[in-house]
Amino acid sequence: MKRFAIGKFTLPVYSVLALCFMLIPIVYTIVFSFNNSHRSNTTWEGFTFDKWLGVCNRPDVCEALGNSLVIGAVSTLIATILGTALAIGLVRYRFRARALVNLALFLPMATPEVVLGAGLAGLFFNAGVGAGWVTIIIAHVMFCLSFVVVTVKARVQTLDPVLEEAGRDLYANPNQVFWKITFPLLLPGIVSAALLAFSLSFDDFIITYFNSGDVTTFPKYIYVAAARGVPAEANVIASGVFIAAILVVLITQIRGAVKRKRLLKSS
Amino acid sequence: MAFAAFGSAPATEHKSPVKSGRIVLALLMPGLIYLGLFFFTPLFSLIITSLETPAASGAIGAYDYGFAWQNYVTVLQSYFPQILRSFYYATVATLIALLISYPLAYFIGVKLRRFPLFQRLMLTLVIAPFFISFLLRTIAWKQIFADEGWIMQFVYNMHWMPTSEHFLGSDFAVIFGLTYNFIPFMTLPLYTTLERFDIRFLEAGADLYASPAKVFRKITLPLSMPGIISGTLLVFIPIAGDYVNASRDFLGSSKTSMIGTMVESDFLQNWDYPSASALSVMLMAVIVVLVSLYVRSAGTEDLL
Repeated sequence: MKRFAIGKFTLPVYSVLALCFMLIPIVYTIVFSFNNSHRSNTTWEGFTFDKWLGVCNRPDVCEALGNSLVIGAVSTLIATILGTALAIGLVRYRFRARALVNLALFLPMATPEVVLGAGLAGLFFNAGVGAGWVTIIIAHVMFCLSFVVVTVKARVQTLDPVLEEAGRDLYANPNQVFWKITFPLLLPGIVSAALLAFSLSFDDFIITYFNSGDVTTFPKYIYVAAARGVPAEANVIASGVFIAAILVVLITQIRGAVKRKRLLKSS
Repeated sequence: MAFAAFGSAPATEHKSPVKSGRIVLALLMPGLIYLGLFFFTPLFSLIITSLETPAASGAIGAYDYGFAWQNYVTVLQSYFPQILRSFYYATVATLIALLISYPLAYFIGVKLRRFPLFQRLMLTLVIAPFFISFLLRTIAWKQIFADEGWIMQFVYNMHWMPTSEHFLGSDFAVIFGLTYNFIPFMTLPLYTTLERFDIRFLEAGADLYASPAKVFRKITLPLSMPGIISGTLLVFIPIAGDYVNASRDFLGSSKTSMIGTMVESDFLQNWDYPSASALSVMLMAVIVVLVSLYVRSAGTEDLL
């Protein structure tokens, strides 16, 4: 490894710089949530906590947030259940149509959002279904599903079938084996999958825009507001969601790393 | 495999028992039926809509079933600049994203392997942008690069650019925004590939007197190919269909309209469903070709 001495500092320094670059707009968004701005939030006008304390002084922003939270929660729940079942089926069982199923699951991830959005909107339009809550949730479950499968699948692959066999040997019925052994072991993967699904749903704009009708989600609110200036209250909500999500991720990642370190030490 | 990083899974894998039958059906069917109804049916419906003709009644937004193949010719002719521009932006942005992501993914996946805590922290920072509205992040860049912002003021004062020209609204600004927004989608699959990669290969190469450059070219690069390919797919495709970065209210202008811009305006503003659908079907066709090239070279197991 000493042969790579020239690159010893270049790579770490570069990596830190690259990550800092990635974080610039995040920091900008958070900083401007404290901006004492009046109409549009484009120039710095002094520090204030007012926007954080009175987010719902802008009822339209708050309503959009509420809609997004409900849509995110319902879509995440459905997508996580369907996706977890698919992931277990794909890893645990060999069957002939496997390649086809893999492809069918990959395609939605590889399809541009305009195509998904326009396709679904056309389908709903032809079927005479009005755009609204239901159509948004149907769309969100659809594009979250594949991401849930990928995430849970990685976890199922690490699961040792011997553990389940042991359970069966000890006369556990299939139900008990699933809920007492399989499910708890898969839980970290399922949680990360649900978190990913929720953040995809919460942040989706293009597909939602095609299928939302009169319902305004948080990203749709920002897109529409972008023409005349996004109020600082939107930054407050985005920053709040960001801080909450990053805390959850950090805690799970650190716990994972600590566990892994212990495993490395013991082996 | 691209998002396996989220599963926080160590690299060990176990052989699956060979089983089949009713359980598989019960596990797979609900999800597959859902995809059939709400992914494949819409695609099929797009193909049908793309061939429709204006309704005999002449009402705006009403169309009759038909086989108007000429819709495709019309769309190709009138939207040729947008189609070309979309693929040009996607190609350039994907290449830049790859160049930026590769060293970063290598550092996190290979160099930080012995420091799991740092590895996790850096990985969290890579995916951090996912947790804050991408529209707001793009607006942040817009304000950072605004003409009256300090960066552009500096550029103007140094006479690097005449004040009559603007960064916002240029091809460069849109490519910048696209690259920025999709870097994590490149870094993650690269990381998952590099994280599994056996360092002993590098040592072996060095022991056999290969120069670091040669080790990289002959060992590291070929072994990271799966990550490069799946990252390229995951970045190129969404960029080709994006229209937010190129939108006038974000980083673009009327001169940066892309395929997505035209689909959106045809569908939601002009109610020209056949044109919007024809354009979508063509975009989808290109993507199906790209994905099948990938499947041919790598199989379907590593897709997910």
